[in-house]
Amino acid sequence: MTGTPPANAAIIFDKLGKSFAKAGSGQVMALQDVSLTVPTGSITGIIGRSGAGKSTLLRMVNGLERPTEGHVQVVGRDVGAARGSDLRAIRRDVGMIFQHFNLLASRTVWGNIALPLEIAGTPSGQIKARVDQLIDQVGLTAHRDRYPAEMSGGQKQRVGIARALATSPKVLLSDEATSALDPETTQTVLELLSQINRDLGLTILLITHEMAVLRDIASHMAVIEGGRIVESGPTYDVFAKPTHATTRSFLSGVTGATLPAFVAARMTTNRPDGPAQEVIRVTFAGQHATDPMLAMLATELGIAANILAGAIEEVGPHPFGNLLLSIDAPRAAEARAYLEQHGLTTEVLGYVR
Amino acid sequence: MSANLIPILWESTLQTLYMVAISALLGTLGGLPLGVFLATSQRGELLSAPWVNKVLGLVVNAARSVPFIILVVAIIPFTRLVVGTSIGTNAAIVPLTLAAVPFIARLVENAIREVEAGLIEAARAMGATPMQIIRKVLIPEALPGITLGLTLAAVSLIGYSAMVGAVGGQGLGDLGIRYGYQRFMPEVMLAVVVILIVLVQLVQSLGEWIAARVDRRAARNRGH
Ligand SMILES: Nc1ncnc2c1ncn2[C@@H]1O[C@H](COP(=O)(O)OP(=O)(O)O)[C@@H](O)[C@H]1O
Ligand SMILES: [Mg+2]
Repeated sequence: MTGTPPANAAIIFDKLGKSFAKAGSGQVMALQDVSLTVPTGSITGIIGRSGAGKSTLLRMVNGLERPTEGHVQVVGRDVGAARGSDLRAIRRDVGMIFQHFNLLASRTVWGNIALPLEIAGTPSGQIKARVDQLIDQVGLTAHRDRYPAEMSGGQKQRVGIARALATSPKVLLSDEATSALDPETTQTVLELLSQINRDLGLTILLITHEMAVLRDIASHMAVIEGGRIVESGPTYDVFAKPTHATTRSFLSGVTGATLPAFVAARMTTNRPDGPAQEVIRVTFAGQHATDPMLAMLATELGIAANILAGAIEEVGPHPFGNLLLSIDAPRAAEARAYLEQHGLTTEVLGYVR
Repeated sequence: MSANLIPILWESTLQTLYMVAISALLGTLGGLPLGVFLATSQRGELLSAPWVNKVLGLVVNAARSVPFIILVVAIIPFTRLVVGTSIGTNAAIVPLTLAAVPFIARLVENAIREVEAGLIEAARAMGATPMQIIRKVLIPEALPGITLGLTLAAVSLIGYSAMVGAVGGQGLGDLGIRYGYQRFMPEVMLAVVVILIVLVQLVQSLGEWIAARVDRRAARNRGH
């Protein structure tokens, strides 16, 4: 990395590459040419399918893996170049939580949270005060003397979060922290992470395979596919104008609107001969979400659209809507142009007779 | 059984306990660090030293494949060097310890390898040194397994200690051979066997009790 990093960047990935030696011979390219900036104070989410390279990318941030190309900077320090006590000092500034919690079965809640402080050589009086405060912060005061085996998944992840915060890190890494939890517990853990982000100004970098997690808490996001970042930006912008097919396919899972089965079964990718309807997805963003666009389409162009499915939800503080429409095929292009003109995003899904 | 045999049985039992206790203790002092090292020194592991690991692994395997009775005889010169004699309880402790170290090392290694890799990862992410990971994570987490391993080792040492009786050690094995076999007093032989069975039971139960006490891996009713 040459020059000075932007002051508002907590983590900078700079043309990062990572290859692993394959069993036998050859190499696996787990990451290629990854450049991404994680803004200070953001909750940045990286989404990708299994094997896309998410964990490898995250593990670069605290030096659990070393880059084979490029650099990673965390709060101004080059992690890949750090060794020994320098690296351990960086790690104390970077907390980490895990899908399977990774708590010590031999220690109580209290003992687990104290561990990073013991490791850092904090005097025992200070450890006591800090651990008590952390247990309170994550709402586990009543469970301080329990062992992990006696706790629910959500409680264990709270212990994991308290432990990750013990040394007052500047960055928190989350490796699928809610993937082993039920939906309700997931919500409470995500709320806790949001709250920590707000209250402590802590930068959170999380990886997930669930778009709903990004929708609910990430201010910024990136999509990773085959070891490359294929799309990135503020979450709302990516939701509103996805450019990559992978992003769209992740989005279709969370944006509520899915085609009714009887339509999906009859839909073809090519327009059939004779009379047909074009099926499109319209994405409403920002103030347009509440505009009566379909009424205007009818009155101004005289085009009638059939609503097949629809949903409006919140992405961050903004409304975000998704409609599946069918429109008479000959006039569909005209209708799409009109909608795009008014700030909506459209996507052709297929055709039905 | 005549009453005057009871003090002899008692004394022999104490000698056996002494030999087993000291060799188990010394065996643990040597076997624990060796086992921890074997479990953490393969390529890419915490103390990554693949060659040393291989060599020590071979030595441990070699030591474990020597039949105990041959080990006792083969190291007589060494035993003399260490304790000044090759007979008696102190002399017996030398081969017992030498047999215990590699055995305990393998049991400890297995127990440590059972610790989830995720815990090592979490500790590394906290900035722990390899020694901190060993002391604060691996050993405490492996403690139930290590305890059961040491129990197994102690039980084996009770059997071995009876064997050294045959070659000039003391204790229950020696008593059984001298009285039960050479003087043909089957009731002494029977008493020796019964005491050995009781000792093994006691050690086994004690070990299991301690292992259960230190095992926090499963939820349990803690009485509140
Ligand atoms: N230590 C390793 N050795 C060899 N290959 C690895 C290693 N870690 C990860 N990989 C490979 O790198 C790719 C990305 O893995 P990972 O980062 O775990 O993906 P994700 O977390 O997105 O599921 C996969 O093909 C995986 O097999
Ligand atoms: Mg992963």
